[in-house]
Amino acid sequence: MLINHPLLGLRDASEFVYLGDASLIDRPDAAADNAAEAFHDYLHLRDNPAGVHRELWYHEQGDRSWLIVTRNTLTHEITDVELARDAALRRPRTAGDAGQ
Amino acid sequence: MNAPSSMTGAGRIGKGLLDPGKTISFQFNGRHYSGLQGDTLASALLANDQRLLGRSFKYHRPRGIFSAGAEEPNALLELGRGAYKEPNTRATVTELHEGLEAHSQNHRGPLSFDVMAINDYLSSFLSAGFYYKTFMWPKAFWEKLYEPVIRAAAGLGSLSGEADPDTYDKGFLHTDLLIIGAGPAGLAAALTAGRAGLRVILADDDFLPGGRLNAEQMQVDGMPGSQWAAASYAELLSMPHVRCLLRTSVYGAFDHGIYGALQRCTDHLADKTGRRPRQILWRIYARQTILSAGATERSIAFGNNDRPGIMLAGAVRTYLNRFGVAPGKQVIVFTNNDDGWRTAADLSRAGVAPAAIIDTRSIPEPMHLPGVQVLMGARITTTRGRLALRSVTLQDGQSIPCDCLAVSGGWSPNVHLTCHQRGRPVWREDIAAFVPGTDLPSGMRVIGAAGGSLGLSASLTEGHQAAVELIKHAGRHQTTSPAPVAEQESARITAFWQVPESRGRAWVDLQNDVTTKDIALSFREGFRSVEHLKRYTTLGMATDQGKTSNVLGLAVLAQLGGKRIEDTGTTIFRPPYTPIAIGALAGRSRGKHFRPVRQTPSHRWAMENGGDMVESGLWLRAQWYSQAGETHWRQSVDREVQQTRRTVGICDVTTLGKIDIQGRDAAEFLDRVYANTFSTLAIGKVRYGLMLREDGFVMDDGTTARLGETHFLMTTTTANAVSVFRHLEFCRQCLWPDMDVHLISATEQWAQYAIAGPQSRALLEGVVDAPFDISNDAFPFMACAELTVFNGTPARLFRISFSGEMAYELAVPTRYGHALMEALMEHGKAFDAVAYGLEALGVMRVEKGHAAGNELNGQTTAGNLGLGRMVSTKKDCIGAVLSRRSAMNASDAIQLMGFVPEDKSQTLRAGAHFLLPDAPETTESDLGWMSSVAYSPTLGSHIGLGFIRNGSNRLGERIRAYDPVRGGSIFVQVVSPHFVDPDGERLRG
Amino acid sequence: MRYSALKVIKEGLTGNRGWRPAWRDPEPRTHYDVIIVGGGGHGLATAHYLASVHGITNVAVLEKGWIGSGNIGRNTTIVRSNYLLPGNEPFYELSMKLWENLEQDLNYNAMMSQRGIVNLYHSDAQRDAYARRGNAMLLAGADAQLLDEAGIRELCPFLDYDNARFPIKGGLLQPRAGTARHDAVAWGYARGADSRGVDIIQNCEVTGFTIDNGVCTGVDSTRGRISADKVAVCVAGSSGRVMEMAGMRLPIESHVLQAFVSEGLKPIIPGVVTFGAGHFYISQSDKGGLVFGGDIDGYNSYAQRGNLPTVEDVCEGGMAIMPMIGRARMLRMWGGIMDMSMDGSPFIDKTSVPGLYFNGGWCYGGFKATPASGWCYAHLIATGQPHETAAAYRLDRFMSGAVIDERGAGAQPNLH
Repeated sequence: MLINHPLLGLRDASEFVYLGDASLIDRPDAAADNAAEAFHDYLHLRDNPAGVHRELWYHEQGDRSWLIVTRNTLTHEITDVELARDAALRRPRTAGDAGQ
Repeated sequence: MNAPSSMTGAGRIGKGLLDPGKTISFQFNGRHYSGLQGDTLASALLANDQRLLGRSFKYHRPRGIFSAGAEEPNALLELGRGAYKEPNTRATVTELHEGLEAHSQNHRGPLSFDVMAINDYLSSFLSAGFYYKTFMWPKAFWEKLYEPVIRAAAGLGSLSGEADPDTYDKGFLHTDLLIIGAGPAGLAAALTAGRAGLRVILADDDFLPGGRLNAEQMQVDGMPGSQWAAASYAELLSMPHVRCLLRTSVYGAFDHGIYGALQRCTDHLADKTGRRPRQILWRIYARQTILSAGATERSIAFGNNDRPGIMLAGAVRTYLNRFGVAPGKQVIVFTNNDDGWRTAADLSRAGVAPAAIIDTRSIPEPMHLPGVQVLMGARITTTRGRLALRSVTLQDGQSIPCDCLAVSGGWSPNVHLTCHQRGRPVWREDIAAFVPGTDLPSGMRVIGAAGGSLGLSASLTEGHQAAVELIKHAGRHQTTSPAPVAEQESARITAFWQVPESRGRAWVDLQNDVTTKDIALSFREGFRSVEHLKRYTTLGMATDQGKTSNVLGLAVLAQLGGKRIEDTGTTIFRPPYTPIAIGALAGRSRGKHFRPVRQTPSHRWAMENGGDMVESGLWLRAQWYSQAGETHWRQSVDREVQQTRRTVGICDVTTLGKIDIQGRDAAEFLDRVYANTFSTLAIGKVRYGLMLREDGFVMDDGTTARLGETHFLMTTTTANAVSVFRHLEFCRQCLWPDMDVHLISATEQWAQYAIAGPQSRALLEGVVDAPFDISNDAFPFMACAELTVFNGTPARLFRISFSGEMAYELAVPTRYGHALMEALMEHGKAFDAVAYGLEALGVMRVEKGHAAGNELNGQTTAGNLGLGRMVSTKKDCIGAVLSRRSAMNASDAIQLMGFVPEDKSQTLRAGAHFLLPDAPETTESDLGWMSSVAYSPTLGSHIGLGFIRNGSNRLGERIRAYDPVRGGSIFVQVVSPHFVDPDGERLRG
Repeated sequence: MRYSALKVIKEGLTGNRGWRPAWRDPEPRTHYDVIIVGGGGHGLATAHYLASVHGITNVAVLEKGWIGSGNIGRNTTIVRSNYLLPGNEPFYELSMKLWENLEQDLNYNAMMSQRGIVNLYHSDAQRDAYARRGNAMLLAGADAQLLDEAGIRELCPFLDYDNARFPIKGGLLQPRAGTARHDAVAWGYARGADSRGVDIIQNCEVTGFTIDNGVCTGVDSTRGRISADKVAVCVAGSSGRVMEMAGMRLPIESHVLQAFVSEGLKPIIPGVVTFGAGHFYISQSDKGGLVFGGDIDGYNSYAQRGNLPTVEDVCEGGMAIMPMIGRARMLRMWGGIMDMSMDGSPFIDKTSVPGLYFNGGWCYGGFKATPASGWCYAHLIATGQPHETAAAYRLDRFMSGAVIDERGAGAQPNLH
């Protein structure tokens, strides 16, 4: 497979390390009342669609960016790649974020 | 034509496309033969009238050459000898070279009298799947008798058992356009694309470009097709942006336009001793791909259709036209389509008048062939001839003598690569064949016969047109050259699969001996899905992957079920298109080069000073340093431990992971990734850190030093250096992107040495430059500093201890590592310093009760390790929430404890399980396991660390260390894991 | 119809015309006591044991394609019980004992061949880890031998002992391990279940669950609605997709595992050999093909195919320890979809919906588990209680933290 790195262009997927479901960037609030359940679900009940999947890849043999790759798990077609940090910065800020 | 028949066999009637001036001698089954430059092993053997080449898999039927290409199911030979022996090699694609040695395979006794041929007489009892129904009684006989017999009979050729002596390379190619197949369509496409300046790779598995043009008598652009192919190829070779890869099989289509290809570099050379690799495995990254892989002919099922001399009609044409070989003196053509007639015509033209042409269709004769007996609407029901074909019998009982039968059941487009991803071929009734479906690999288009366009003119036009479209797509100037011109031959066909009047066995899969009877039996027993058929009968699972048999098998199945072929479905085509050597897929990554070696800067010093090196991940590290007179590793290790504890020892710890962490939020970041707190750490101090995974289990440990307000240096274990860095980057980029924190891996930037023992400070005082003060007051336990050593060499000094002694770790830029080691040892002479290795390091850490890799195995919690209190409850950190789960905090959870043998002379062994002394030997009784052991020269006995349920309440308890895999059990006593200096007085001294 | 050598001879003498279908092709009834969703090895084994052990024969196995089309039809056929953890090892040893009597139980020769498995070790730490495992196996009633280098040389003289990047120091041998003819296992169980009255219904895809007042009462399928007292899902590779129809999310990711076979060769590799410092394992089938594999590709996938980096990685592992296979040719590569669970261990459990049961999460190790999985699933369905050897395979174990993590890799499916 080839991943179109937003900064570096097309790179062979073997340069990357795979983590999984992109929702792993949404770590729950440890102080919440339901933290135990929220962390259980966050870590263990991941999206696993037969179709379009947003997923985390790490450019370990490269610039060490974490990427969110939108890829179809049936065809392996990749339709979008972005820096995970950009996606993380877009989400609503929570108590866990710095500066709050 | 002057044929060199006396030299290269009676079957040679012309020179074909060969060079009659270059004869080549070779051997088959020990006999010497001659062939010509340009021959395949098959054509040379055929020219020498060598019909019988092998035996079939199950019935050991005599078999000869069936095809002229990669689809060959019969003519499989062992090439070469010794370590170079190569089994199951298709003679039809083996390029003849001087000194080639070939042997037949899969027979006992001589090839012409194979005793295993008894199976052929027992075939009624060896029908499809018979082995599932028997060999079950008595039970013990399966392992001892039945299975060994089956295994011995299985397989075709044999491996030498020796290491493959050849080298294989790998390469990567990037191209605008990959063209797979250099037949007429592929050449036309390559010419047009190449002339327009596209970067093109043209690959073909043959050693002669042109495909069917070399096997035909057809004209292109007014010249013989083979001549046009040669001229076109020469033009392509002259284009710098076109790369032509002959002898190259594109074996698979993978995601995103990546293709696997195997180029054979030396297999065809007599002298293989040069510096070239045997084969090169190319990974080709193609923007666009044209598949022009042609088509493969198939047979018709009739009685005894497998005898030596029965060949595909197209193959007969190939041997005749390309190799100048007549595959027989009395040839009969049996066909259901017009293409078979072209074989008859070429035979006539070459002076081998066919004895008859038998066409299953009841139509007017497609062409007039003077002097040839024509039988329309006729069928062959069976054949005769044990080791070679002697005659055929027709449905009316008429028998016609012959020594070669050219059969054509139609042509199947080579759709394989279109199906390697998700494509399913679709049936086209007009050509009675599967053609590529619409769901092609991205960027692929299919032209010519591979796409179902079986005529030559159409192939050339499609090749040209496909290239024109790609040129437009790429925004290049269009070529003005027109498409090559040729005749469009007739390819009419009326599907005809099996001769209904045939009584005997009619073969579908020649190699695996699958007959129409097997398919009928499979159907009768309910194996009616095409995949069940394949798996029950083994149809299409031989080394030819069913290239000539799959469609025929499907058709027979469809007829049995009264279904249409398109409703029966197909099995899935899987890579590789043709089998490829495992050695080629591994390339250079074998032996010592399997994985790279990482060496520390003082590796050479270790090698020069008795270092006994051991693999530690990719690193090589010294286990111990042998000295003269030491005959057992324990002597070295004991000496290193004792000397370190007595004076001072020096150990290379460069392999530890080092991560430089900087930024305004660095301290907060560490609080979140470590279970314990780091924001309170003073500048110039070091703290032990425990890191959890998000699931609450321990991930890693190490020390982190605060070099400045916003600057930390983390160390990780050697094993987890990469994964911890990845994890921290995940935390930084994905979880807390607002934080001002930056990470750099510094593992390879710093060489680091532990200096441990009572004399360590004294040694270092002479190493550290003034005015740095490392007295105990100025530089106490857990202090750190950036300073210089040996007159200005930049360094970092950490007062940390893994050994339990007063100890330091000194880091210098990597390039000074070797010099530092030398200087420390030289300087240390005055203090009786010793270099110690991994084993001594391990002994001292067990003596101190420190956890290491065996304890931090990913299955243990902080509580298990006795570090539960380090998990701060005041703050959140990775793993905090899930570390509180009930089962991970059970009252009887395992705890890290120390163990000593009851009898101090006994040896402890890691991996032993703990049982109560009188407990039964069951899983339920299992209390834990010994994780690390060492002989402690300090205590004079073995000591161990291990995990045992409810450990802290078992101090002093007598426990059985159960170790039957290494000779049994011993009794041990549970003790504190801190064996030496439990109060830590030495390290603070 | 009982199979025997005598029957084979009799049929051979009479043109093999007397053979009957190995299983019927029935129309689905409107109601069953138990519906098993998924006609793979585990589903068919469950049906067989429901009928043969628990006397529950009003059972349907619904298969969307052809039976055995999932991972039972595309694995590397290895049978072993060399697990470490107490949650696993007794279960796999139960499976091994069932394998050892499978032919007699089923009257079908699945060619269970106990030629042994050896896991090579390359360091002292690995040796000790294998010792711990071997001792755990013996505690569970299995067999295990820890061999040193000389022992391995005797067993496998063809390995690279002199030039290896990671020298071979020894190995953990389980002599009773081996291989079986994978397709035949599915067919044998299907025939066994069918002969006891179980309906095996192919080309019948379940499209939804009927859930009345929170209780599962049947399924909707491409062949209509079928009601049942109990519905047992057993669809490895499709677990997430199927359970989603019941509104459940699973601690499972779907990954592709590739496997490879060489051309047929005369016997040269005695048992199963596993490389401890690379991703490679190999055996040789009764037909002569070298059957080998390695690591999963590592990314979520429902495509039954993989990519080149893994292919090459596996072959590098092979050449690193066994350079004699260099001139053997790879004939075919293929992929299967694995239910990779969050701790690498499976589930056999009730679900939050009464009447609905789940079996899945077998990662790349489901084949060897087939008999015990069927045995324990049938036990759970029939008695309502987990079988003692499968009691740890709970769906809620990540909530409690009672994980069964053989590799110590944590909640990261592609590392198990």
